[in-house]
Amino acid sequence: MDQPKNKRYGMVIDLDKCTGCGACMVACMAENNIPFRDDDTDKLLSVSWMHVYRLSNGKPFPHAEECFLPRPCQHCEGEHGHSPCVSVCPATATDYDMHTGIVSQIYTRCFGCRYCMAACPYHVRQFNWWDPVWPEGMERALNPDVSVRMRGVVEKCSFCYSRYQTALNRAYLEGRRELSEEEYQTACTQACPAGAIVFGDLNNPAHRVHQIVKPDLAHGGRPRNPKVFRLLERLGTHPKVYYLTRRDWVRRAGDNEIQKT
Amino acid sequence: MDSALIPKGVERCPLGRFLVFIAVVGAVLLWGVVAMFLIYIKGLNQTNMNNAYGFALWIWADLAVIALGGGAFFTGLLRYIIGKDELKNIINYAVLIGFVCYSSALLILAIDVGQPLRAWFIFWHANVHSMLTEVAFCLTCYFIVLTIEYVPLMLENRQLQRVTFFRHLAHNMHGIMAVFAATGAFLSFFHQGSLGGVSGVLYGRPFGFRSGIGIWPWTFFLYTWSAAACGPCFTILVTRITEMATRKKLVKDNVIDLLAKIAGWMLLTYITAKIVDTVYWAAVTAPAMGFTLLDFYTNNPGSAYGLWILIAEVGICGVLPALMLVSASVRRNPRLLFLAVLLAVLGACLNRWVMILQMQAVPVLPFEKWFTYLPSWQEIATTILPVAYGIILIAFSYRYLPIFPQEPELNPLPEGGR
Amino acid sequence: MFPFSFEWVWDLGHLVFHGALWYALSILGIGLAYCILKAAWQTARGEEEGHGHP
Ligand code: SF4
Ligand code: SF4
Repeated sequence: MDQPKNKRYGMVIDLDKCTGCGACMVACMAENNIPFRDDDTDKLLSVSWMHVYRLSNGKPFPHAEECFLPRPCQHCEGEHGHSPCVSVCPATATDYDMHTGIVSQIYTRCFGCRYCMAACPYHVRQFNWWDPVWPEGMERALNPDVSVRMRGVVEKCSFCYSRYQTALNRAYLEGRRELSEEEYQTACTQACPAGAIVFGDLNNPAHRVHQIVKPDLAHGGRPRNPKVFRLLERLGTHPKVYYLTRRDWVRRAGDNEIQKT
Repeated sequence: MDSALIPKGVERCPLGRFLVFIAVVGAVLLWGVVAMFLIYIKGLNQTNMNNAYGFALWIWADLAVIALGGGAFFTGLLRYIIGKDELKNIINYAVLIGFVCYSSALLILAIDVGQPLRAWFIFWHANVHSMLTEVAFCLTCYFIVLTIEYVPLMLENRQLQRVTFFRHLAHNMHGIMAVFAATGAFLSFFHQGSLGGVSGVLYGRPFGFRSGIGIWPWTFFLYTWSAAACGPCFTILVTRITEMATRKKLVKDNVIDLLAKIAGWMLLTYITAKIVDTVYWAAVTAPAMGFTLLDFYTNNPGSAYGLWILIAEVGICGVLPALMLVSASVRRNPRLLFLAVLLAVLGACLNRWVMILQMQAVPVLPFEKWFTYLPSWQEIATTILPVAYGIILIAFSYRYLPIFPQEPELNPLPEGGR
Repeated sequence: MFPFSFEWVWDLGHLVFHGALWYALSILGIGLAYCILKAAWQTARGEEEGHGHP
């Protein structure tokens, strides 16, 4: 059988379609056994791999406009997999997978120094300040494919890596090495009622995400589609999560590149 | 009562008074220990850190004490390698202060990690490309060096000297101390630098990120340099405070003057480089990432990080003490000298604070706001804990070990004394 | 830290880093061993010239 080609899994989120309903956040919590507490109001202490930000154009009525911006881990590629967070972890507890482009987190290896949190400009990485406690009976509803995390370690979005593994297992059993587009989809993508999230392989021209973004792979995956942008493009983190919008102010609110030049 | 332990030819306060002093400082120590256990048992939720402030008071304290503990390696370098022989009269104390600083840093680091039982992963699964890995390795190795330098001093206690083996051991260790000092300087160069690299390599954080050569950002060299400049200042500062506390002159003026002069020139060159670095960062590095200098210092309601902090760090606690220390007349004036070394020490602390805390306060995403942080009492108590521990260790060492070779000469005992 | 942990790779970074580390550690170890063994030898022979400071 042929060796599978390297993938570059990525996402494009249509900010003009997103209604801010938060279904992606909920789906993510359920899929990935994300812990919560009785009082989870302080968002700087709680864990949410997918976080929906609320942006406003700051204008008074009738010109006031809002936009919701879902932010999973951007799975930054940096230069040759030198992501901001991966390169700094002293214990090799987080890894850039050259085969999938996914930035993984090894919970049992992380010892909680939190250097990666300081490194990530998107505030994606979150710390388990408490041990997870599930309401009575809820532990039976946990996803058996995703390990729960203990207090004192960092966690973040993994592009539902367990789904990738499950899909790959099934494909291998059927004698295939390649996954089709719909075989591996993240929970947030499937949960979004507006269909705002598109997920797939940026290397594969047959995938919708590639067609929308038209990534310039020689230049860190910079989008060729003028309506698509990435957060903090100028830092050189080369994220694999893209945002699509027709509205100028949203682009400006999402990336200081346009703002400052 | 403990006179058999006190070095020959010097006077010490009565044992009772000494014990009261130790008890008072010990109470503070105990407070810190309680907080430490609280954190070990309940976890890091006892702190006021959060997902935006993963590094906070502790990391600052680590960076600061290591910078200030740099007096040990730099004085050792000057004494053993460059051959500034007068410094033998202060090297013991520099080593002791360094030992206190480094053991404190290791203690704080051990509290700071989320899973302390896995702390050894940093060695076992080392990622050699991480600045923190380099820090952990060099820090531990250099702590071994400091222990090696401190042990012969302990062996010079009057009672221990009566054991033939210890006498020989201390003698032999003194004999090859230059080898240890050289290794220590090598290790210090790298871990002081790597601590600078901790924020310098974060290319996702335009406030901390610096360009550099190869894998080393400019902060790598700036930190080593500032540790070599401000470490000796801290040694002088603590020596002066010890002299005040004991109401005795312990080190001759020419020794202090020499060290202060070297530190002054180091500080002057450091602060020049720091200014060049700051200008380059403000004019080139940060704008290339889409940020202007004022983004880092303005529009920050609720947070105190204004331009004043840059002026305080570089001007009042940088240029000013540097100019003071290179002037011989200032160095001759004890009060001004004290002020100068104090400012230099504050400057190093402020620099570490800015590079760690302010770096995280500054929002990077355009739609985020400044983040604020105030340490919890548990964090403060565990940060004061090493200070109390240091005072106790210094007090015991001063009482029972011949730390200051010039003390008997400067404070002759009255006739019929011990 | 050792070649048998699975993240180990034989690249320049590892060689330089661990080379320097083990070099420094060996110097410390050998130096310390020298001092201790020599002191033990001197003690056993009953030598008496050691006076702390050189
Ligand atoms: S978004 Fe943050 S956590 Fe995710 S890969 Fe980038 S730096 Fe790492
Ligand atoms: S917190 Fe964990 S994953 Fe992050 S840098 Fe430290 S050890 Fe690595």
